[in-house]
Amino acid sequence: MMSSLVANPVASSDRSRDSRRKKKKKAQVQSRAQESTQPSYAKWKSESQQQIYSSKLVQALSQVRLGDMAAPPRGRAVREAADRALAYAAKGRTRWSRAILTNRIKLSRFRKQRRQRSASAMAALTGSSRSKKPRVSVHRLKGKSLPAVQKKVKVLGRLVPGCRKEPLPVILDEATDYIAALEMQVRAMSALARLLSGDGSSSSSVSELPPSG
Amino acid sequence: MSSRRSRSRQSASSGISDDQIIELVSRLQQLLPELRHRRSDKVSASKVLQETCNYIRSLHREVDDLSERLSELLATSDTAQAAIIRNLLM
Repeated sequence: MMSSLVANPVASSDRSRDSRRKKKKKAQVQSRAQESTQPSYAKWKSESQQQIYSSKLVQALSQVRLGDMAAPPRGRAVREAADRALAYAAKGRTRWSRAILTNRIKLSRFRKQRRQRSASAMAALTGSSRSKKPRVSVHRLKGKSLPAVQKKVKVLGRLVPGCRKEPLPVILDEATDYIAALEMQVRAMSALARLLSGDGSSSSSVSELPPSG
Repeated sequence: MSSRRSRSRQSASSGISDDQIIELVSRLQQLLPELRHRRSDKVSASKVLQETCNYIRSLHREVDDLSERLSELLATSDTAQAAIIRNLLM
């Protein structure tokens, strides 16, 4: 098992401690979508998640003084609010969500503090989140070391927030979650736009949200 | 095997197998509307990556368009309807 949070080979003499540790590990491994029955990105398909996001989005939007803005910055403001709400909904478990949230804070000092705090909090879940990670050589991967593949991986790393310097497996993992989250974002925003434009019937309740999956 | 606590996930990087990569790629493939119905052994990793990039870009565009639309809708109706929506959703 590669997910050794506490690499302690000699402790295995105590069975009960081991099983407790395994239980803890299991709970944490599950959220990493490695061997869980339900992959972590599947939560983006659930209706409840979409509703949570929608209400967060509406809250964020109603706080932005859209009426005072000119047209060009308005769309941008909505997009940023939507992305932030999405990142909150991710509960800080993914790099892309953390990257979105930390990008907001302009003060670099604050950003460093955030990183350190989230590093300790998330260390158990996601390993090092410090910027100076040893870069995994993609060259090691047979068949995936083609320059064409490598180029695409780089492009992908730039598309997913916070993944510019990440190794291939991390980028793939983050992209999976990011795509699922984006799809939910699109569903939620479409539903909201429909509601606002008075498309649906006036008796539309939340169940009007498109069925997911 | 690295036993440093802080690299619990990255430590696997020295031991990351092709199989794990393959699994990650096929997981990604399942999400892509273009490729999900094709057999994973028939789709190259390069294709999956390409489609992923394209798909993310198109999703971004969609979100941008929706943001524009929402910003117009919200600006014209201002806070009144936002409050209504809030009540509906909560």
